[in-house]
Amino acid sequence: MTALADVVAFACLLAGAALCLTAGLGLVRFPDVLSRMHAGTKPQVLGVLLVMIGAAIRLDGWANAWMLLLVAAFQLLTAPVSAHLISRVAYRRRHVRRDLLLVDEFGSAGHQDVRYRGDEPGDAPPEDSSAGSAQSS
Amino acid sequence: MTVDALTVVAIACHALLGSGALLALIRLARGPSLLDRVVATDTLLVIISAGLAVHAALVRNPTLVPVLVVVSLLAFVGSVSVARYIGGMLLRSRTGDGRDLGLPVAAEEREGRP
Repeated sequence: MTALADVVAFACLLAGAALCLTAGLGLVRFPDVLSRMHAGTKPQVLGVLLVMIGAAIRLDGWANAWMLLLVAAFQLLTAPVSAHLISRVAYRRRHVRRDLLLVDEFGSAGHQDVRYRGDEPGDAPPEDSSAGSAQSS
Repeated sequence: MTVDALTVVAIACHALLGSGALLALIRLARGPSLLDRVVATDTLLVIISAGLAVHAALVRNPTLVPVLVVVSLLAFVGSVSVARYIGGMLLRSRTGDGRDLGLPVAAEEREGRP
């Protein structure tokens, strides 16, 4: 029983560590921010889940299991939020290889409406001048 | 037998985690933009927390488990705050393609352009 639990825990730990290695490989090999983020999110969700399962099996005790479950749930909740923020900023700062994109809904929508939502920097240009400002197209 | 399996699993896990962290550090050093470094830092913190969990699981030491909570919280807060900071630096004048004007062309686009 204990040996079987140890085998399952070791398999989970090894799989999680292998996912960390694939994340490093993808970070080095992939061409732009979005695909690097795609590679880096592998250990962020699945690798952390596997490692937490393995650790919860090895550290038998409900207090440790609950805290590891908290870590896993927190990773599941926060990984989409940070990925969304980073990818939005990456697209708008032209760190995305658009020649590698298959679908570019954000660019083809033709949204010209610059709406200030209150979180812009203090030195942003006023709103009415941004509609007709093509200072260097 | 069991001790041998434990040693083998420990060596394999630490080799995989260490090489993953080393590659993330390479991207952190080489990354052409700030957002690449943000992604690499996020991945590096996740690998560090996975390494802490692996160590805690292999030596059966539950003292490291609250550190995991702190590290995962810190990774989220760090990446989100840096992304918000870079987003605050944007110039809000759009071109026709929905992207912002007045910022330098990224190194990726220069490399990808034939």
